[in-house]
Amino acid sequence: MDREKVIVVKSLYKSFKDNHILRGIDLTLHQGENLGIVGKSGIGKSVLTKCIVRLIEPDVGEIDVMGTNVLECDDNELNELRKKVGYLFQGGALYDSMSVRENLSFPIRRTQFKDKEHDTEELIERSLRSVGLLDSIDSMPSELSGGMKKRIALARTLILNPGIILYDEPTTGLDAVTSGEISELMLKIREEYNTASIIITHDMKCAKIATDSIKIMSEGIFIVDGTYDELSRSDNKEIRDYFI
Amino acid sequence: MAKINVSIIKERFKGRLKVKEETRNFYNGVFIDLGELVMFTGNVIKEMFHPPFEFRELIKHGFLLGNKSLALVVVTGFIMGLVLTMQMNPILADFGAQTLLPGVIAVSMVRELGPVITGLICAGKISSGIGAEIAAMRVTEQIDAMEVSGTRPLSFVVASRVMATTLVVPILVIFADAFSLFGAFLAVNIFEDTSVTLFINRSFTLLGFIDLFPSTLKTVLFGFFIGLIGCYKGYTAGRGTESVGKAANSAVVASSLTIFVIDLVFVLITSIL
Repeated sequence: MDREKVIVVKSLYKSFKDNHILRGIDLTLHQGENLGIVGKSGIGKSVLTKCIVRLIEPDVGEIDVMGTNVLECDDNELNELRKKVGYLFQGGALYDSMSVRENLSFPIRRTQFKDKEHDTEELIERSLRSVGLLDSIDSMPSELSGGMKKRIALARTLILNPGIILYDEPTTGLDAVTSGEISELMLKIREEYNTASIIITHDMKCAKIATDSIKIMSEGIFIVDGTYDELSRSDNKEIRDYFI
Repeated sequence: MAKINVSIIKERFKGRLKVKEETRNFYNGVFIDLGELVMFTGNVIKEMFHPPFEFRELIKHGFLLGNKSLALVVVTGFIMGLVLTMQMNPILADFGAQTLLPGVIAVSMVRELGPVITGLICAGKISSGIGAEIAAMRVTEQIDAMEVSGTRPLSFVVASRVMATTLVVPILVIFADAFSLFGAFLAVNIFEDTSVTLFINRSFTLLGFIDLFPSTLKTVLFGFFIGLIGCYKGYTAGRGTESVGKAANSAVVASSLTIFVIDLVFVLITSIL
């Protein structure tokens, strides 16, 4: 692939006491690519994405995001880098004391306070329109359904116009229809915002719709990668089992 | 000859070793906790001077925390003044020193009881509340979401709450002191008719600047640590729901203990001066 590499992870290791979660992960994400990561629960998929934004400190390895060595950043450099990387949490992680409008204006207010030029309201409306929830602008998170919370969380992620989005199980806990809508939305967002994404999922329908390629994780390493069609037709039964 | 059961001795020895290891882990844990708290305090103080400044959050938390605790503090202060006067009166009467009663009550309430009791109430109510609230934010990944978008949660979530408690606790102590003197005034009037002017004059004969300054400074520190410890316990809480309860509980224990330690240090310093 000739496209620019936006994330490069080399030989990444992470253990929690005696539990060796990541055992030498190598990963490359290109500009405009939607990469799916599939694997059993507790295998370390979320740990990997959290290491990429240094929510979790890895033990050993190299992480390069948009040309910046993440592990050598100081606090200010890390904050600057994090503005370029959106992260969609499994539960949405909406700020429950704030309305949808405040949830969306919060990252702008906190990170772009020196730049008075931008129109916050316009950015909020654009983000909400992208996820199809402009009507919910004055709702509180407690008034939203699970699917709506994820869409709003995605709108909040989009408001800083990130180059990369890390999706942590975006369709978990949603019904099949909503799950399909979120998967389509991830594709639409890539087109609209020109993002690259890592999508952690157990939902193979989501992986089929939203990803260009898939890596399967087992025992702390990637055991195989390929497109959905390639992997689902694999000769290896263990790999085919993920697609049932 | 009795047979020695080696396996039982081995088991007991293992047990002792385990206890020793647990004790060592406990002390290590305390020192690690203290070290982390010092680093956390440094980071919070740094964030207090880092823009954007959250005046709206400061006022919101100050109002909420103060408003929610005011009734409890006022009632406790009033009862303390009333009870202390009723118990002190017969003792002073034995020495014919009843005229000193308002002064003695004022000194004991303003110097010691008002700040410490209000501090303990705030440790129980405010520190645990802050600890639980921030721990819940941690569990639901709201803090992570703030960190990952570069929005500096330490400034928005922690610094604003710590500044709010630092401002609010001294104000609550002033209310507690005032209402304790009001309680004392009512109690004095049970035994003899005393005018407000006479009561105030007698109260302030024994109360000087040296009593007011350290006690006010002490309450500022109480407020700072009540907020800081609550925030620290919440911010460093684990990922499970049980950590919310643990954070609230340990915030109360640690901040109550800190209040006594600060009080002791201030008493030692003022007694030397």
